[in-house]
Amino acid sequence: MTNLWQHIFEPGLFTYPFLIHAWISASAVAIISPLIGFFVNLRGESFVAHAVPRGAFAGAAAAFLVGANSILGLSVFALAMALSMGFMRRHSQNGVITALTLVMALGLGDLFLTIGNTYAPEVFALLFGQLLGVSASETMAITVLSVVLVIVVGIVFRPLLLSSTVPEFAAARGVSLTAMNLTFAVLVALDASLTVPVVGALLAFSLMIGPAAAGGYLAKSPWGAMGYAIAVALGSVWIAIIIGYDTSLPIGFLVASLSLVAYVVARLIHMARKTRRFKRYVSPL
Amino acid sequence: MTSEAAITFNQVHMAFSGHTILRELQFNIDKGAFVGVIGPNGAGKTTLIRLILGLIRPSSGTVHVFGSPVRRGKRQIGYVPQSFVADPDMPLRARDLVGLGLDGERWGFAFPNHARQQRIQDMLDRVGATRYADEPVGTLSGGERQRLLIAQALLTHPKILLLDEPLSNLDIHSGHEIIQLVAEIAHDSHVTVMFVAHDMNPLLGVMDQVLYLAQGRAVVGSVDEVILPEVLTELYGQPVEVLRINGRILVFASGEMVPLTHSESIAHGHALA
Ligand SMILES: Nc1ncnc2c1ncn2[C@@H]1O[C@H](COP(=O)(O)OP(=O)(O)O)[C@@H](O)[C@H]1O
Ligand SMILES: [Mg+2]
Repeated sequence: MTNLWQHIFEPGLFTYPFLIHAWISASAVAIISPLIGFFVNLRGESFVAHAVPRGAFAGAAAAFLVGANSILGLSVFALAMALSMGFMRRHSQNGVITALTLVMALGLGDLFLTIGNTYAPEVFALLFGQLLGVSASETMAITVLSVVLVIVVGIVFRPLLLSSTVPEFAAARGVSLTAMNLTFAVLVALDASLTVPVVGALLAFSLMIGPAAAGGYLAKSPWGAMGYAIAVALGSVWIAIIIGYDTSLPIGFLVASLSLVAYVVARLIHMARKTRRFKRYVSPL
Repeated sequence: MTSEAAITFNQVHMAFSGHTILRELQFNIDKGAFVGVIGPNGAGKTTLIRLILGLIRPSSGTVHVFGSPVRRGKRQIGYVPQSFVADPDMPLRARDLVGLGLDGERWGFAFPNHARQQRIQDMLDRVGATRYADEPVGTLSGGERQRLLIAQALLTHPKILLLDEPLSNLDIHSGHEIIQLVAEIAHDSHVTVMFVAHDMNPLLGVMDQVLYLAQGRAVVGSVDEVILPEVLTELYGQPVEVLRINGRILVFASGEMVPLTHSESIAHGHALA
């Protein structure tokens, strides 16, 4: 038994600095991402969660090119992406433009990396995440930014919830819809810049949307949904770190798979409950 | 005179990028009145509501509410938008939505406390939404959603209630229930109601006044004062006929078979039978 235990929690799992960084940054991201994801789902804007991490990827590539801080590069480009997504949604119904912007962001990222002669492992890390390679300073940045984001979500919580569900009513109550749309875009962008170093640009979506959607299936109220979502996200990244360290399977892949599994399970539970409720409805006996 | 008025429009003119939507609006809405705002699609009914809410400013003229100029975000005006989009899996219960009416515009989040829960529960009971108070809003019917929006708007105890086409997604029966509910609350709590509809017939029994909008202009008065061929002919700027059948009123452009304000049953030929 102790043997098995030691086998799961291999030596160094909680002591090696790079693993401590991994635990901290993954947990920070797993707390903030589902909170933002909750609003992404509420507003039905999951394409933003697709698009913005790709913008962030281009930003990190640009940062490599000019030798700037990669988190800074991520944030600037993610922000540009989030704002242009919001703008396009309001001013054109054309999905093709959105899709082209996505492709453009990936293309730009590729271009920057090629010009900069960036090593393949670094490109790989940006696309698929490099949790075990997160540095002390990155861990610090991710933690501080996560705390700031959680505080901001706490502050804008009610007006953002109101304007995401009954926008006309919110406006009549004096909530500025423009300000809320902007706040939402900034939140998504900053969240993406935290998530990309952890699970990568291609898989960031899974941590933003998967747990939040699972939470939506498991709970009826916003608080319940956010609680479940954070639990699912934390569970996914923690288990992913343990398995990843034991087996050296890629952690980004593990995080994505685990949150997908959680999503499917939540959905099945939801369907089972609905069927039960329906049965009670048709046969009151 | 003005002290008796809940809402005052004074020479209000509203144009969007040079295109005039409302002109020379000049009227008072009495305190406690139930007013049906009637007019064809695109007549400017929603624009009129948005002017009262202070969401848009008139191109010229003034709008006053209880004697003071309109300002956005006043809690003494309750607003019921047409409906809301919600998918069935959205984690928002009826009571969460209604609760946002209490203080949804404030920063931070609301710590649940007994007084707050009770206020929300009382309002849910008041509009008859007790049974589905804990259901996700996305699973509710049009009529149920409408009740929640009304509860949401009433939580601040507004003195004016503005409803923008609350009947548009409802069947005749639920529409009737919503009208009765609003009329009852308005009467009990002395609320001034502006109820927007494109067909005046469902409101005939409850409205004190009709505000008839057409061609960018408005006439306000009792149904018997306003819904007359000569008044509406003047308003529409073309010959108009008014038909009263079995307590229903139909307004036609002379010589045309389709009523000017759309009525469900006439469109399907019942009233003509
Ligand atoms: N913000 C706006 N900008 C430009 N035109 C508008 C705006 N709001 C309303 N309109 C125009 O004003 C007219 C009246 O609209 P509305 O008040 O919504 O009519 P109703 O509610 O009676 O159907 C319509 O032709 C509409 O296109
Ligand atoms: Mg309208």
